[in-house]
Amino acid sequence: MKKYWERLWNGLVKENPVLVLMLGMCPALAVSTQAANGIGMGLSTLAVLVLSNLVISCLRKVIPDQVRLPAYIVIVASLVTVTELLIKAYLPSLYEELGIYIPLIVVNCIILGRAEAYANKHTPVLSMLDGIGMGLGFTAALTLAGAIRELLGTGKIFGAQLLPEGFGMTIFIQPPGAFLVFALIIAVMNAIGIKTRQRKLVESGCDGNCSLCASAASCDTKSAEEKKPDPDRKDAKGGEQK
Amino acid sequence: MKSLIMIIIAGALINNVVLNQFLGICSFLGVSKQMKASISLGGAVIFVITIASAVASLLYDYVLQPLGMDFMKTIIFILVIAALVQIVEMFLKKKSPAVYNALGIYLPLITTNCAVLGVALTNVQDGYNFIQCVASGFGTAVGYTIAIVLLAGIRSRINEKDLPAPLRGAPIVMIAAALMSIAFMGFGGLNL
Repeated sequence: MKKYWERLWNGLVKENPVLVLMLGMCPALAVSTQAANGIGMGLSTLAVLVLSNLVISCLRKVIPDQVRLPAYIVIVASLVTVTELLIKAYLPSLYEELGIYIPLIVVNCIILGRAEAYANKHTPVLSMLDGIGMGLGFTAALTLAGAIRELLGTGKIFGAQLLPEGFGMTIFIQPPGAFLVFALIIAVMNAIGIKTRQRKLVESGCDGNCSLCASAASCDTKSAEEKKPDPDRKDAKGGEQK
Repeated sequence: MKSLIMIIIAGALINNVVLNQFLGICSFLGVSKQMKASISLGGAVIFVITIASAVASLLYDYVLQPLGMDFMKTIIFILVIAALVQIVEMFLKKKSPAVYNALGIYLPLITTNCAVLGVALTNVQDGYNFIQCVASGFGTAVGYTIAIVLLAGIRSRINEKDLPAPLRGAPIVMIAAALMSIAFMGFGGLNL
């Protein structure tokens, strides 16, 4: 029983996909203009993630290793198409708000990352729980950022006026606000977290994801925290001299 | 002709794919550590997005729509992009190993770059014809390259500064991106 809870906790807090692993930043930045959009996007991604983890985990002994990535992509794309059609049919207003970002769940690093790092090695039940944990972590991060942006940008949360009208700083619901709010949330998390523990988490979290996701290099929290000058830069200079 | 130039400028500057639409953020934050790598990645992205939008446009107009299968576009496009990246990779490996080595790992990673799929899908949504699709793909990719190269330049300076510990790494890069995004909002005033 404990290992099931551990999975949920892991996704929600310890390896929060957005705030700790820095995966799936594109939809996170794009749709967090309102708290409600954050929930909508988070839950759509959660649904796709749970089902894709389940299907991939069930098929993990059937899919040959060499063609596993194309196979995963087809599975995820089919699930995303189903989700898209369902949202279009039953939640048209959400569909309007999220627009292009619903089909783009296909290329969300979190989904392929979890398939590769977790679902293809573990049992269906554990994989589903991993999907739920990660999906909830994603939803929580998006809702938090959405609420902050909505409050600062328009003075509302979930459409309820909290600050007097006219106090909204429009910049926060515009694109720059997304970068700023996420930068500050991550900075606050860095400040709270114990550095060594976090470094360990970043290492174990990146395990296996790097080959899949372009954010592999954003593990730079690791290299930046070392007090030494960045080794990458030295390499680059050495390469140029050759 | 004039409208094509407008599409390119709008794609590159006004609706900058990274700073305005948040597509391709993963590689934008991940690869912009080094100037050289960013330029290589930018080149590869221009190449792949232009070809991918051309192929996606042809497929949509002549295969998916006549068959009434528009709802399959996400699956078809992502497969086409993955296959295309593979073909480009094999072609470059054979014909110009120098370029292939320069692009290195970034070429296969483009498959999961949401900018590629995003452009293909928005083109179709906007009802562009073949030529317009290619122009918009090219413009968007140029915008991506501009953004990532600029950020790489800024980051090479950030690395030399003594920052407060919590801001090191991702947060300061995102703050820099926020300032760039504010600057790019200025292009919104362009009257095309």
